[in-house]
Amino acid sequence: MKLYGATVSWNVTRCVVALEEAGAEYQIVPIDFATAEHKSPDHLACNPFGQVPAFQDGDLHLWESRAICKYVARKHKPDLLREGNLKESAMMDVWLEVEANQYTAALNPILYQCLVSPMFGGTTDQKVVEENLEKLKKVLEVYEARLAKHKYLAGDFLSLADLNHVSVTLCLLATPHASLFDPYPHVKAWWDGLMARPSVQKVAALMKPSA
Amino acid sequence: MAPMKVYGWAVSPWMARALVCLEEAGVEYEIVPMSRCGGDHRRPEHLARNPFGEIPVLEDGDLTLYQSRAIARYVLRKYKPELVKEGDLEGSAMVDVWMEVEAHNIEATLWPIIRHCIIGQYVGRDRDQAVIDENLEKLRRLLPVYEARLSVCKYLAGDDITAADLCHFGFMRYFMATEYAGVVDAFPHVKAWWDALLARPSVQKVMAGMPPDFGYASGNIP
Repeated sequence: MKLYGATVSWNVTRCVVALEEAGAEYQIVPIDFATAEHKSPDHLACNPFGQVPAFQDGDLHLWESRAICKYVARKHKPDLLREGNLKESAMMDVWLEVEANQYTAALNPILYQCLVSPMFGGTTDQKVVEENLEKLKKVLEVYEARLAKHKYLAGDFLSLADLNHVSVTLCLLATPHASLFDPYPHVKAWWDGLMARPSVQKVAALMKPSA
Repeated sequence: MAPMKVYGWAVSPWMARALVCLEEAGVEYEIVPMSRCGGDHRRPEHLARNPFGEIPVLEDGDLTLYQSRAIARYVLRKYKPELVKEGDLEGSAMVDVWMEVEAHNIEATLWPIIRHCIIGQYVGRDRDQAVIDENLEKLRRLLPVYEARLSVCKYLAGDDITAADLCHFGFMRYFMATEYAGVVDAFPHVKAWWDALLARPSVQKVMAGMPPDFGYASGNIP
């Protein structure tokens, strides 16, 4: 399996977490945005929107990190999706959507302002950061209540819903807001559990700018 | 078997996403109407169903689900698994891809246009043409990819309709009621795909509950 993109991108590393957990054989193929490699015909064949990540497994070309993660899990570790069980897979789908539409929706602007903008010589808009921190805290209150009742988000089993949070949360640790989880003990315990996983350790090492 | 319950307001494009899948699934369900302007979604009894205070919410026996795409997947997986290409590794991947494309590109682009072109006038918000133009630009860059895709297959994930197509309905319904429908019509395969969706009984049934002005002009404020 081939994953196209740079490991500085949390959308790319979202897929790496899934690939590692699924125990799939894969290679990361860097795409150079500076030389517009993402707009080359070869890359557009893989991802017609010219974005990363893009993914290839034999003749199958996929894009959109969460779709790639699902495919990898379905093929190599379907237990992460529980598709044979209507209720479990439904709860998993709910929390997959919550990750995208609530958690990462609030975290993305924070990561952009704190990590990406400075990388390109821009400034950090603190107002945007503050607004989204407030949103994220409200989201974390819901997570705290959920994780007080269940070990993992979809229930008492680890699922792709938990794993899809890893890459963006690793990036949060690199911002001044790394202690955001501290007031939420169950969220913190859930995160510490994820951090202890070999797959997550491997991705954390990959994401470090100077390895 | 008690009918499934869907909580929310039928004019919502997110509610429509769930309803059209329920219709396609052919399952018995009832809508439990809620009032958005009355703040029903923020009341404790609703927060008990969905702690994020949003709609739609689906109740099926003792299972309570939220997030329209999770509801869509559950209902189709239960009653019409071919619509999520269950058991087909590559097919289900394509359904997932185009559902993600819709989520990040279509909903995100059409909703600001819809808010400014349709809703704004009823809620005292000035129309911001810059926001509309910015999103129309994004849409104009997206549609060629859809056109290319729909030139090689009848529907987004292949030659059969799937959840990926159905999930586009709610936001497309309102966008195509704005003065910018021509932006989509300019792409013949996209137009044909949209017309095919509109012809489906499931879509027509749900659309009957979605007046193009969200009900504002007739006083049925959501």
